[in-house]
Amino acid sequence: MSTLLEVQGVSVTFDGFKAINNLSFTIGLPELRAVIGPNGAGKTTFMDIVTGKTRPDAGTVRWGEMGHSLLSMSEARIAREGIGRKFQRPTVFEDQTVRENLRVSLKKPRGPFSAMFDRVTPEDTARIEEIAAEIGLSDHLNRKAGILSHGQKQWLEIGMLLAQDPRLLLVDEPAAGMTTEERNHTADLLKRLAKNHAVVVVEHDMEFVRRLDCRVTVLHEGSVLAEGSLEHVMGDERVIEVYLGR
Amino acid sequence: MGNSIFVRNRSVPIFIGVLALVALAVTFLSPAYGTGAVSVSFTKILGMTLCLCLAALAMDLVWGYCGILSLGHFAFFGLGGYMIGMWLMTARTEAVIRANLAESPIPPTEGEVSQATALQIFSVVGAEDWPWMWAVSDSLILSLLLVMLVPGLLALVFGWLAFRSRVTGVYLSILTQAMTLALSLYLFQNDTGLRGNNGLSGLQNIPGADAIGQERLSVWFFWASALALGLGYVGAAWLVSGKFGSIVRGIRDDELRVRFLGYPVEVYKLVVFTVSAMICGVAGALYYPQAGIINPDEIAPIASIYLAVWVAIGGRGRLYGAVIGAAAVSLLSTWFTSGRAPNVDLGFYEINWIDWWPVLLGLGFVLVTLFAPRGLAGLFDYLVRKEDT
Repeated sequence: MSTLLEVQGVSVTFDGFKAINNLSFTIGLPELRAVIGPNGAGKTTFMDIVTGKTRPDAGTVRWGEMGHSLLSMSEARIAREGIGRKFQRPTVFEDQTVRENLRVSLKKPRGPFSAMFDRVTPEDTARIEEIAAEIGLSDHLNRKAGILSHGQKQWLEIGMLLAQDPRLLLVDEPAAGMTTEERNHTADLLKRLAKNHAVVVVEHDMEFVRRLDCRVTVLHEGSVLAEGSLEHVMGDERVIEVYLGR
Repeated sequence: MGNSIFVRNRSVPIFIGVLALVALAVTFLSPAYGTGAVSVSFTKILGMTLCLCLAALAMDLVWGYCGILSLGHFAFFGLGGYMIGMWLMTARTEAVIRANLAESPIPPTEGEVSQATALQIFSVVGAEDWPWMWAVSDSLILSLLLVMLVPGLLALVFGWLAFRSRVTGVYLSILTQAMTLALSLYLFQNDTGLRGNNGLSGLQNIPGADAIGQERLSVWFFWASALALGLGYVGAAWLVSGKFGSIVRGIRDDELRVRFLGYPVEVYKLVVFTVSAMICGVAGALYYPQAGIINPDEIAPIASIYLAVWVAIGGRGRLYGAVIGAAAVSLLSTWFTSGRAPNVDLGFYEINWIDWWPVLLGLGFVLVTLFAPRGLAGLFDYLVRKEDT
């Protein structure tokens, strides 16, 4: 396992509020990591920093074998480097069909002229259908994403992430709005992906995290409170204090 | 060709069919080639309407599909008109000068002809020499190139600055208004080289075509406008139908998501903005020879707002909506403001449509926004879908 992403000493302040405070975090390839923590712990801000949406006030974010800094790159460039993101609120192109949503996500050249002359190859179709089967939307390929249920939109966004085929997947609350059966399926899928990807999952649902059966990082007030197996961090007194109140 | 644009977008064959029928009808009703039921001036109005439809189509690309509410697109339209207008005026004036000087005992030199032409064109603004921007006005080919290049270049520079700084929404709209206002004020000055508020005139007199006459020319220009609109429609439909269209609509609906998929959003916006500016340039270059005159008033900020209103009334993001909106509203506008609409006498007050048309248009805009947010074409879609089910 080699280090894929290394976040070191990162801080960011919004209007005097320290959302991230001297945070350090490392993930290797392949690896599955769950990030938990109470509301306002800085989980989403952490993802915003890695994907280039928010610029930190201090610290470094290094990527890949060469240790390139992500801080000077645009969001699109970071995505092309191989970092994919699923948002907390499902964000899919509602006005377009499931097929179109998957097609724009497929790992292909991103320039405007490539897009103009892009043809759907048989391989593209096969890949789209394979992903659709994986996310249970085979029967909905030609329907608009806007009419899908909340859970199905979650699935579609996970499918778009699969189509992008990034090296690092940042997955924000994938199980929200899903049935128990769907949650289990999601957890299994993420575990399978983590065999040859780096996967970071932010989740509130402890049952889901338990099922992921991976290393857990607990965030609190913008920095790492504890790290280790789920049993280990749940036994940590400070974690108990944060979660149960003093 | 199962993947052809004619199959993928059902509106394309229907649109081309309707356009061809209209072109045939106008031809058979024109004085030059048919019964004469449609006058020369009305043929010109119809041809100009098609050019406005083409501009609306370009507006729909940039607003309806890419979500950029440009309120400066008429600047590109006007620039296209100015570019072709310079050639029309130069060639026409030169021909007249040559004819006059031919009777003089000593044949004039090329320099004398050029000087006399410049004096004829620019004496109205107190100048007698060619301004730099008329450098290629004696070449039709180069002028035609400029029709697309100049609006394209302005859009490219403006768009690059605006999109790179991530100016969006109402702020971008205000910037585009400022752009067209600045250009219009610049052109109003007498010393900028485009004859100030006099503008370019006599554009209906096509050089070397005196023998053809306006009766036939008006129909030819109508055909050219119809051809440009048809090609523009097919091109626009092609552009928005494939993956490029998917991405552009994605930018309209959720720009951030597109960024996180790895697409350079600024570049896509720039491509759409520039292409639509070039289409507007072509539309303008076909419009003003039919109108006969162009002056800086044409690109006043209100003109670009009207363009947006047509597209909104017609229905955004469906191409034919923009065309329906532009055709319906601009023809109605011509009817109401030309004094052809009968005044309504209320006894205590007489409604004069020349004054009241803007009120009616505004009311129509409000009603469409409230009751048919998807525009006239949206109502049309609703009826078609009803039949389908």
